[in-house]
Amino acid sequence: MDPRPLHQWTVHQLLEGLGQGAFSAQELAQHLLERIQAVDPQLHAYLRVEPERVLAQARQADRRRRSGDRSPLLGIPLAVKDVLVTRGVETTAGSRILQGFVPPYTATAVARLEAAGAILLGKTNTDEFAMGSSTENSAYGPTRNPWNLDRVPGGSSGGSAAAVAARLAPAALGTDTGGSVRQPAALCGVVGLKPSYGRVSRHGLIAYGSSLDQVGPIAQDVADAALLLQIMAGPDPRDSTSLDTSVPDYRAVLGRTIQGLRIGLPQEYFTGGIQPEVDRAVRAAVAQLEDLGATVVPIRLRTLEMALPVYYLVATAEASANLARYDGIRYGRRTPAATVMDTYRRTRGQGFGAEVKRRIMLGTYALSAGYYDAYYLKAQQVRTLIRQDFEAAFQQVDVIASPTSPTTAFRLGERTEDPLQMYLADIFTVSVNLTGMCAISVPCGFDEAGLPIGLQLMGPHLGEERILQVAYAYQQVTEWHRRCPPSASPEQEQAARTRDSRP
Amino acid sequence: MKLTPEVVRHVAELARLELSEAEIHRYTEQLSAILDYAARIQAVDTSQVPPTPYVLSRVNVLRDDASEPSLPVDEALANAPDREDGFFRVPAIFEE
Repeated sequence: MDPRPLHQWTVHQLLEGLGQGAFSAQELAQHLLERIQAVDPQLHAYLRVEPERVLAQARQADRRRRSGDRSPLLGIPLAVKDVLVTRGVETTAGSRILQGFVPPYTATAVARLEAAGAILLGKTNTDEFAMGSSTENSAYGPTRNPWNLDRVPGGSSGGSAAAVAARLAPAALGTDTGGSVRQPAALCGVVGLKPSYGRVSRHGLIAYGSSLDQVGPIAQDVADAALLLQIMAGPDPRDSTSLDTSVPDYRAVLGRTIQGLRIGLPQEYFTGGIQPEVDRAVRAAVAQLEDLGATVVPIRLRTLEMALPVYYLVATAEASANLARYDGIRYGRRTPAATVMDTYRRTRGQGFGAEVKRRIMLGTYALSAGYYDAYYLKAQQVRTLIRQDFEAAFQQVDVIASPTSPTTAFRLGERTEDPLQMYLADIFTVSVNLTGMCAISVPCGFDEAGLPIGLQLMGPHLGEERILQVAYAYQQVTEWHRRCPPSASPEQEQAARTRDSRP
Repeated sequence: MKLTPEVVRHVAELARLELSEAEIHRYTEQLSAILDYAARIQAVDTSQVPPTPYVLSRVNVLRDDASEPSLPVDEALANAPDREDGFFRVPAIFEE
């Protein structure tokens, strides 16, 4: 049997092991819970882990397997970002205003994974209401990057990305409104997939920007990301924006040659504030795709400089409407006052953190009388130009390659005082959400400080098969995705054990 | 775009956010900087461009008007900060 400790196995390897009876779901769950207990105090990837519940479900998975059940994820523990509601398990969206909120239902994406046999291992940390690029906006304290504890894990799905990178979960769910799956995946050296808008149900995803939000997998490799997407994708009567277009067999494209595929390299994504090591690593990755038979086509995407302002106007406008529901009346925390109006104002003023209030203010302003045409409508029109820009590009190429993030992980506190600097972390990812396209980030190298670099592969709307095919081909000839941070490697484990056993 | 504290106070009122004076001043500065950055889209000619509020072409997704089981009242009220007799309890909305 594979001699590595179980936390280093991917989901598809674990499924094989469980199927062969090499170990039980209970042993796997027990092992991961022990690791979380040992390692997570330094990272704070998780907001909530309920060991009793996890072990009970694992024992049940073992019973089901013994009785012949072959559900596709039977016994696999998964971490879930705390903006996806989970029945009976507190869900806060990283906000004080939802402290103590215990949802009466489960998000469809999570429910489908559970129906396939997966076990909810825990809820992971997030920027408050998924608003942020570093997980520092969580009301419950930041998550740290497993590669370097002084660095951020990215955000907003920083808890999920850090959990997978540190091997505190074999895979996890994140959500992506402007890059919140892909950017933390890049900064933590794992795989993150943002499905096309409408591909995965948003039911039970606590809304931030409704025309942009998607649920996506964070995994150790492309095969696992494809497996989770396969199970989550498809229409849901509870989300009228989920598409009834049939779901292809994503795993069927894995291993298919990329000979002859055209890969677009947009000049605009390799200029300006990009870190030189990121530039080099992404170009080297593209050269490797060329070695595999793909054709690299230089393209232009001139709307890049418009994407961030459009995103921050559209997303905040939608957020200002979506977050109106947190008024201290039906759920969440209430700060009592004499009148109902003061109850709203005080509850929201005290319950929301600084970034959430900033975005509600920006969105409210962009939608308010006198400014609507100049900001919100204008942004929606420029959004059309961005779509057209990408539609034209996809006439020439099959997939577009770029860096996921212009830099590797920055230091905690480095950008918290300057919102604009923080927003720039999303510059290469937001266009994908504005246009409804899909994209995946895969590890493609390290900078001189040993921090991971991500390659972003963008595909057209419902083009998941193409980006998975290319990303998978890349991982067949590279080892970057197999590297894990010191705390997750066996040598380090050994050192820790020796340390712990000292009298 | 330079915002004034008065505009920021007005927006906070619209958004039902009670903000401290320090917050009003911080947001005045920060939102001005963000709007300055966003101003780059003003130069784009969009006179002939329709807006994209939503990227899918589906409209009017319909279903049968059939009733389904819904949440029991107790569960629906379980997270309420204040309740009474199966209802959400709120401060008086109308004055006597």
